[in-house]
Amino acid sequence: MTSWSERQSGFGEALLERGGALPEGLVGPDRKPSPRRFAVYRNNVILGLASGLAEAYPVVCRLVGEAFFRAMAADYAAGHPPSGPLMFTYGAGFPGFIEGFPPAAGLPYLADVARLERAWLEAYHAAEDPCIGPEALQALAPERLEAVRLRLHGSVRIVTSDFPVVTIWQAHMAEGVPPGIDPGPGGETALISRPGAEVQLRQMPAGAAEFLLSLVAGHGLGAAAEAALAADPGFDVARGVGELFSLGLVTGFVPGD
Amino acid sequence: MPDQTRPFPAPDLPPRAGVGLKPQHYAEILATAPDLGFFEVHAENYMGAGGPPHRYLTAIRERYPLSLHGVALSIGGPRPLNRDHLARLRGLIDRYQPAVFSEHLAWSTHDAGYLNDLLPLPYTDETLQLVCDHVDEVQEAVGRRMLLENPSTYLAFTESTWDEIDFIAEIARRTGCGLLLDVNNVQVTCTNQMRDPGYYIDRYPHHAVGEIHLGGHDEDRDEAGRPLLIDSHDRPVDGPVWALYARTINRGGRKPTLIEWDNDVPAWAELQAEAHRAEAAMAQAEWAHDILV
Repeated sequence: MTSWSERQSGFGEALLERGGALPEGLVGPDRKPSPRRFAVYRNNVILGLASGLAEAYPVVCRLVGEAFFRAMAADYAAGHPPSGPLMFTYGAGFPGFIEGFPPAAGLPYLADVARLERAWLEAYHAAEDPCIGPEALQALAPERLEAVRLRLHGSVRIVTSDFPVVTIWQAHMAEGVPPGIDPGPGGETALISRPGAEVQLRQMPAGAAEFLLSLVAGHGLGAAAEAALAADPGFDVARGVGELFSLGLVTGFVPGD
Repeated sequence: MPDQTRPFPAPDLPPRAGVGLKPQHYAEILATAPDLGFFEVHAENYMGAGGPPHRYLTAIRERYPLSLHGVALSIGGPRPLNRDHLARLRGLIDRYQPAVFSEHLAWSTHDAGYLNDLLPLPYTDETLQLVCDHVDEVQEAVGRRMLLENPSTYLAFTESTWDEIDFIAEIARRTGCGLLLDVNNVQVTCTNQMRDPGYYIDRYPHHAVGEIHLGGHDEDRDEAGRPLLIDSHDRPVDGPVWALYARTINRGGRKPTLIEWDNDVPAWAELQAEAHRAEAAMAQAEWAHDILV
C-alpha cells in the first residue's frame, strides 16, 4: 500500500499543475474519480493565493481591473506557492514578476506601484520601536556631528521610481473614479514608515531622498549631507535632520569615531 | 490508553455567540463595545512583529475573551510539524492568553511549499497514529489542551478504513484533545459524501466539544449533477445549517458558537445580527429542553 507521505506528495503536485492528471484513489460518493470535485481544492489554493495578493496590492488591482489582476496573480501563484505559513509575507517577488509579465508591459509604472504597496505592507507589520528626540544630539560637540550615524525606525522603506508613483498611488487609494494617469512628468521617491499607529507615505524631494538613502545605507550625517547636496544644492541639512526627528523616524544613534 | 492526567486547563469560553475578528471592524468594535461572548482570530494573521493588528487585538482582548484559531499547522500532513511555527503559536498564547486554541484535521504544508488551504487526508491506522502524535506534540508545545476541528471535504480517499466520526473520536480519546464542531462543515461534507448530516450530528462525541463554528457555503454541482457544497465563509449561514445547529445544541447543550465570515466581509451590523441569531437559537433550544424534560 502506498504510504500517506507518497500520496500527499502526489496530491500537492496535482494541485499546482493546472489541468494535470487527477491523483488516483480520490473519489466522489459513487466511488468514481471526479475532476470537478478535485478542482474545488485547486481553485481554493490558487484563487485563495490570488485573493491574498489582491488584498496586499489594492492599487495595482484598481489600475489593471479585478479580472486582469486575478489572472496575473493566479499565474504568479501557480509558479510561486508560498514558502511558509505567514500569508502577510507572501508575494515579495510579485513586483518583479509584474515587471516581466508581458500583458502588463503597457503600464511601465505598474511594478513600481507594486513595490510601493509591498513597502506599505512591510511597514504595517514592522516591530514597534520607540523614537528619540533631537536633544540627545544637542549634547554632542558640533564637530562630532558629522560622524554620527542615525539608527532609523525599522519600518522605514524608500521606493524610488522613474514614474510619479506617489501621485498614482494617492489618486487610486481614494474612492470614486480615479483620474487619468500621466506617467510623463518625471520620477518620484516615496518614504514609507510607521513610527506610531498608522502607516505614513509621503513623497520626498531629491535632496531629502538622497539624504535618507545615504543614512539608511549606514553613512554618517556628514557623508549623507554631501550626497544630498550633490543631488540638490539647496538642501537644508539642519532642517532635513529636524524633519527626521519630528517624523519619529530616529530611534537611536552611534556617535561615530 | 487515554491519558486523563494531562495538566491542560479546560476551555473556558462563555457558552455564547462570538464572531471572527476582521480588521474592517476593529474601530467600530472598540467604539460601540457590542455585547458578544467572545472574538476569534486566525493565529497566523497576528504573527507579524508589530503594527495595528497587535494594537487592536490587545485592546479587544482587554474587553473580551479570545479564541485563537490556527489555520496553518498541517496536523494531518506526513511531515514533522514546523517547530518555528509551534514556537510562534506558543508566543501568541503567552501574550494574549486566549481561552481556547484550536486547529484543523487537515494539511497545508507540502514539498512545493505552503498551500494555503485545508486539504484532506485518508482515515487509516497510519494517519490516525500520525495525527495523534502531532496533537500530542502541539499540546506539549503550547502547554494546553487544544480543540481539533472536523473538515469540509469534497472527495473521499479509497484507502480510508475509518469512518470520520470514529476517527475524530479516537483522536480525542487517545490524546485528550477537545473538539471544535464546525456544523457548516458537517453540512458540506455530508452533502458532498451523500451522507445524512443529522445522523452525523447525533453520533458526534459531544462531550468533547468545546466550541462550535457556523459559516456560509457556496453551492455548485459535480459532473453527475449532484450537489457540491463549497466551504466559502463568504455569506450568511444557510437555513439547513441553522436547523443542524439547533439539533447540535439539543444534543450537546449550549456551547461557545462562532460566526465565521472571512471573505466578502459584511458591515459590522450584519455580522452581529448573525451572532444574535445564534444566541436566539441557543435560548430557544434551552427553553424547549426545559418544557420537554
